[in-house]
Amino acid sequence: MKDWRYWLAEQRGTLLAFAIFIVMFAIYSANHPAGFTANVVQTAANKGVLLAFVAMAQTLVVITAGIDLSVGMIFTLTNCMASWLAVGTGLETAFGVAAVLGTGLLCGAVNGAIVIYGRLQPIVATIATGAVYFGLALLLRPVPGGSVNEDLADFLTGRFFGVVPASLVALFVVVLVVWVPFSRSELGRAAYAAGSSETAAYMSGVPIRRGKFLAYTLAGLLAAIGGLFLTFFTYTGEAAYASGNAYTLFSIAAVVLGGVSLFGGKGSAIGAIFGALAFRTIGDLLFVFDFDPLWQPLFQGVILLIAVSLGAFALFRVRNRLEWFL
Amino acid sequence: MDGVAPLFRMEGISKRYGGVRALEKADLSVTAGSIHAILGENGAGKSTLIKVMAGVVAPDEGRMVLDGREVTFASPAAANQAGIVCIFQELSLIPELSVADNIVISDPPKRFGMIDRKAQRRIAEEALARAGASDIHPLALVKDLPLSRRQMVEIAKALARKPRILILDEATSALTAADVAKIFGVLKRLREEGLALLYISHRMNEIAELADQCTVFRNGRNVASYAAGSKSDNEVVELMIGREYSHIFPAKPARSLSSTVPVLEARNLSWSDRLDNISLSIAAGEVVGLGGLDGQGQRELLLAFFGVLRGLSGQILIDGKPVSIASPSAASDDRIGMALIPEDRKTEGLMLPMTVRENLSFAALDRLSKGGIIDRAAEQRLIDDMVGLLAIKTAGLDIPVGALSGGNQQKVVIAKWLMRQPRIILLNDPTRGIDVGTKQELYQLMRKLADAGAAILFYSTDYDELIGCCDRVLVLYDGAVKRELAGAEITEHALIASALNIHGEAAPKHGEGMKGGPA
Amino acid sequence: MSETTLGGIAGRMPKFIRRADPAVATAFACIVALLLLGSLYSRSFLSPEYLLQQLKVASFLGVIATGMMLVILLGQIDLSVPWSVATGAMMACAAAAYGPVGSALAIPFGILCGGAIGIVNGIGVAYLRIPSMIITLATNAVAQGLMVVYTGGFSPQDSATVAMRYLATGFAVPAVPNAVIIWALIGAAMVFVLTRTSFGRAVYGIGNRERAAYLSGIDTRRVVLIAFAVSGGLSAFGGVLLAGYASKAAQSMGDAYLLPSIAAVVLGGTSILGGRGSYLGTVAGVILITLLQSILSVMQMPEAGRQIIYGVVIVAMLLLYGRTPASR
Repeated sequence: MKDWRYWLAEQRGTLLAFAIFIVMFAIYSANHPAGFTANVVQTAANKGVLLAFVAMAQTLVVITAGIDLSVGMIFTLTNCMASWLAVGTGLETAFGVAAVLGTGLLCGAVNGAIVIYGRLQPIVATIATGAVYFGLALLLRPVPGGSVNEDLADFLTGRFFGVVPASLVALFVVVLVVWVPFSRSELGRAAYAAGSSETAAYMSGVPIRRGKFLAYTLAGLLAAIGGLFLTFFTYTGEAAYASGNAYTLFSIAAVVLGGVSLFGGKGSAIGAIFGALAFRTIGDLLFVFDFDPLWQPLFQGVILLIAVSLGAFALFRVRNRLEWFL
Repeated sequence: MDGVAPLFRMEGISKRYGGVRALEKADLSVTAGSIHAILGENGAGKSTLIKVMAGVVAPDEGRMVLDGREVTFASPAAANQAGIVCIFQELSLIPELSVADNIVISDPPKRFGMIDRKAQRRIAEEALARAGASDIHPLALVKDLPLSRRQMVEIAKALARKPRILILDEATSALTAADVAKIFGVLKRLREEGLALLYISHRMNEIAELADQCTVFRNGRNVASYAAGSKSDNEVVELMIGREYSHIFPAKPARSLSSTVPVLEARNLSWSDRLDNISLSIAAGEVVGLGGLDGQGQRELLLAFFGVLRGLSGQILIDGKPVSIASPSAASDDRIGMALIPEDRKTEGLMLPMTVRENLSFAALDRLSKGGIIDRAAEQRLIDDMVGLLAIKTAGLDIPVGALSGGNQQKVVIAKWLMRQPRIILLNDPTRGIDVGTKQELYQLMRKLADAGAAILFYSTDYDELIGCCDRVLVLYDGAVKRELAGAEITEHALIASALNIHGEAAPKHGEGMKGGPA
Repeated sequence: MSETTLGGIAGRMPKFIRRADPAVATAFACIVALLLLGSLYSRSFLSPEYLLQQLKVASFLGVIATGMMLVILLGQIDLSVPWSVATGAMMACAAAAYGPVGSALAIPFGILCGGAIGIVNGIGVAYLRIPSMIITLATNAVAQGLMVVYTGGFSPQDSATVAMRYLATGFAVPAVPNAVIIWALIGAAMVFVLTRTSFGRAVYGIGNRERAAYLSGIDTRRVVLIAFAVSGGLSAFGGVLLAGYASKAAQSMGDAYLLPSIAAVVLGGTSILGGRGSYLGTVAGVILITLLQSILSVMQMPEAGRQIIYGVVIVAMLLLYGRTPASR
């Protein structure tokens, strides 16, 4: 086989997510009253990018065969923080943004420390830390409000050269700066190895704990970038429990759609990004077809249910029933 | 070679797992530029020995000397650092990563802090070439490779670490004959390059071809070391089996060829690439053994009867009537009345944290309850009977079964099935890791159950047991019944010969699916 | 593991507690400590009226946590609690709008709807072997979607039936709220099922080692399915009671019950990995959480502080005795 074929096989999940997204977006823009215009693309990008950041965060943890049910709450918390801090002069805003991102890193590191060094189950541990992060968010914003440096916000949510949505460019930069180095680093590989087979990774002398810890920590950072962007879009901070939960939930859907295995060791954040964009587009399809928006949560729930059930097909290939219980 | 100072020496190494002695003051010394073969039966301590060497297991006592200096290894990585690299029987490859990723996994080449994929690819290609496996593409994912290719990757991975001592634990068990030939070439070249190689194998012909020095292990001790070729196969087999202890086996009844319908019969059973057209029948009162090297389909055969395998072809008949058994609950149903004493009592036979009582009645709950409610008086009576019958030694019925000794745990597993009064009893290596006294009790029990009319199918990795307990033995090889031995034909030599393929058989064809079970 | 520490704590306790599970004993000790702490704020904290009131509030959580415990004992988790609760409440109230027949069937109908959610969970976990965490999140989203469509996104106008209100707020026995009696009955049934029936034994067996349970001839998939169905049904029943308590159902009424129900079970000493735990512990956990909430509200702690303290207390307790064994 030629090299490109292996590359293709490795990227199959990502490419599939990309294809789903393209098809869905084509249907979406073809039926959109305004058609395929820069405005439509910009609005769609801005909505999609938020979920894309959170889905990237989820990917990092899922790769280690863990799960982070607090990503939505980190997202909410950093949104509330940014609505206080990302304001004022350029320098003040810069410090504010740094503080917000630092908080995200810290939240992720706390999750990682509790799960890896505290040896707690990721589900319960991150539900509990999620409650703490939400509490902090509520502390910061008991009622919705605040403001943001609007110049920066408009710059990052507008368009470059009148066509390219700035948020997509930002997403691209984050991929280059966070995801690419992670996936090519030794610790990133350790995270994959630990997710795929922790025993084999241990036997091979891979730094399992450090790899996993880095994954949880960077997940916090990515969720915080998402929270920052939410503030740029809405100009406010809001400690909305339902929205935080929805982002956690949708991040899992996006990860699954993006070809990332929930059992760990397989998949890429790029896939999850397309999964997120596709998921958002599918959700918005209802609008262009003039359905009652009330149906949207149900529609999204059903997509999620179908997405998570897809993995079950591998089950029918299992011929030794004892393998069910691995 | 006698004059050369050893590169690595182990002295007085002991290791216990719970009550079981895996190693007892074992010694070994390894010389650079030679291939050292380790022989021994299953459970003789070979695996534990190399795990100690490779830093996977910490010894309870004893010392290790490398280059004249005493060393200890805290982890496999530490042993690697010292130049000791092991190719384990259970593969240590990461399935979702590529071949190249796996080969450099412990120390990937880096550039600007990131993994240098070009350099990685180059290293991988070199290592694969050295292992004689250039046909494997470095970008292929390990999980997509068949087992024999994975084993070659494992060897390449070991070579990429530039070892001084290379340990191969049954490393050829899954290889095709062509691969074995290639590997032998590689190993001989490595010997020339001055490496010390430790080679663990069941295959006498391989050892004869490769080894310079041999050490035989038995019961956790090294019992003999000799230059390769200085002993005959027969002598080696004697050393491996030993004459230290002899089990007291119950007398076998004179075989009466009853014309009754067999209780359990299989016709042309095939499954995946593990079971190949197996036919057999067992009458009431008969103890039939399954022999052969580990991992030749014996386990799968038992699981097939017990309703665990899907996609089975062929027929299973109970009392002469075809049945389809879709689950263990169907198999243990009174109409079939089958019981399986599984391979691993800790994960398959028992719920270790649960009490002795709960474990004992677990398989018979449907019989002990009315309308789903457990009749505790009936439960107590039956449990008392079983504890008495099997002489289970326990401080009480309400302590966790995990607190019992290995032998008593195994008795609990058997007792929990006897509570259902099964007619067909399948045993998967039931005496592994238990003490001699309990073993003897189990042999007596097996015969008693057979005399009471049960049909018993008994897989053992211990040849003595097969000889002492069985009325007939079926030797499996590559998923097929290779030979059937009955009565006086069941001898060590007959068993070992048909299992090891010593006697003039063609070189074994090792199928892809023949992964060796854990030793 | 920190069992030695707990052994040390337990060693200083009276004999009858020492014999109990250290986690359960710790939970009860925490309850006593909370009551003492509360009594510093207000004398009425130790009055029978207040304690009964607390028990009544606890019983809603208790019913929901009972189902959660069953699922956690299997080594699984049910994250569909929020919308199972809301679905139970809304469907019961909805049935009430259909005349006397509807009113009569309101409670069973609500429970049945929760049970249906549970059955979907159970099929996903037992037969499709989807991780329970994922499938229950998905069914939660679907249930939410269905309810949003049904209610139009607002709190439904239908109100609870008289029977629902009676169950939640009435007094069949003087001085003992009905809700407490219901919890006691459900708790007693659960204890019986767990300790005296073959189903209960199978639950513990599967939670400890599903492989061994399967090879022992247990129909493990059926047991898992039933457990999830019961969990869904009990969540919905909790919702029915809550609707009776508040006279109507509300959109996000279940959100406040997910973390507390898991926390109550886990703080009561049930292993999150399954196979170990007693109902007494869950009772302790439920009361502990309820008292914690009550004290925080007496202290006029805002929602934010409550969430933070919850999370921190749960993580701390888990670190104390809920850790998985070291791998080597």
